[in-house]
Amino acid sequence: MATKKFMFVNRKAPYGTAYALESLEVVLISAAFEQDVSLAFIDDGVYQITKGQDTTGIGQKNFSNTYKALGDYEVNKLYVEKESLEERGLTQDDLMDLVWEDEDEDWTEKPSIIMVSRSEMADVMAEQEVTLSF
Amino acid sequence: MAMLHIVNKSPFEKVAFRSCLNHAKAGDSILMIEDATVGAIDGTSFSEKLKAALADKSVYVLGGDLAARGLSEDRMIDGIKAVDYAGFVDLTVENETTQSWL
Amino acid sequence: MKFTIMVNEGPYQHQSADSALQFARAVLAQGHEIFRIFFYHDGVNNGTRLSVPPADDRLIQKEWSELAKEHDLDLVICIAAAQRRGIMDEDEAKRQGLDANNIIEGFRISGLGQLIEGGIEADRTVVFGD
Repeated sequence: MATKKFMFVNRKAPYGTAYALESLEVVLISAAFEQDVSLAFIDDGVYQITKGQDTTGIGQKNFSNTYKALGDYEVNKLYVEKESLEERGLTQDDLMDLVWEDEDEDWTEKPSIIMVSRSEMADVMAEQEVTLSF
Repeated sequence: MAMLHIVNKSPFEKVAFRSCLNHAKAGDSILMIEDATVGAIDGTSFSEKLKAALADKSVYVLGGDLAARGLSEDRMIDGIKAVDYAGFVDLTVENETTQSWL
Repeated sequence: MKFTIMVNEGPYQHQSADSALQFARAVLAQGHEIFRIFFYHDGVNNGTRLSVPPADDRLIQKEWSELAKEHDLDLVICIAAAQRRGIMDEDEAKRQGLDANNIIEGFRISGLGQLIEGGIEADRTVVFGD
């Protein structure tokens, strides 16, 4: 099957709606199809990858650990928009440490999060062939 | 590669439309459908932002959605074109990719 | 040109199901091909046959069903999203030990891979949602 550049655009906070959780399920399947996968976290989507998520008070399963597993599925291009963080009073320190292991470099751990400016994010979006938004 | 950006949220309620304008590139097209069509009207708190986008992007509105919200096309910002569903399909064909700003 | 359409909201609650339906009709009217329509999130509710809207309202599920029949469309409901929301075909209801199924003719239940395949195979993928 052909390989296409897929981008999954995440603009919503987790738990308030099912979009973040069900978006992750699509991302994992796309990896199984060996597609060129990128994720974009903009606007409230940045809350999906904050660290220290604690769902004990809301009766929902905490699925934030799934983002940490993405590297094992070779999903390692997680573009995070700086302006979206700044607008929300956040910095990269508020985000989970998401990494992948590079098979070609003796399994060296590398960061999956790629911090980009708004205009750089626009450039990345413009390169995609299939954009699915959640 | 030109992209068709499809927006369906009112700019007066959600940030999706602004976010779309912040990420669309010169030569791209923007189509307002559903609640986003209210953003096509001139003389609103949003109209200057959309006029700026018109400088290097094409902007369209789905006419049926605008009419359903009690707004006539003669109130639209100059330069915005109204299309029907056939025109919507043409826009997806003319642009290599689409992105929905949900 | 070949299209894949993704529908992420249920009928009646959000306009996106109506928009997707009208868009699909326009795609076909212009002589293009629809490779697949994939229903995800609450969009799976487009596939129930148990909706009974007031007589003067549209019956969206039936409109999908009839469009599928007329144009031999592939309407796919995501199995994971459907299980959460109680959309079942006969086999799945049996497998889960449930006493009823509710899928309308013209839809089938399958995995998320069908969406990715749709994105790969189609020239254009268009998403409708909230």
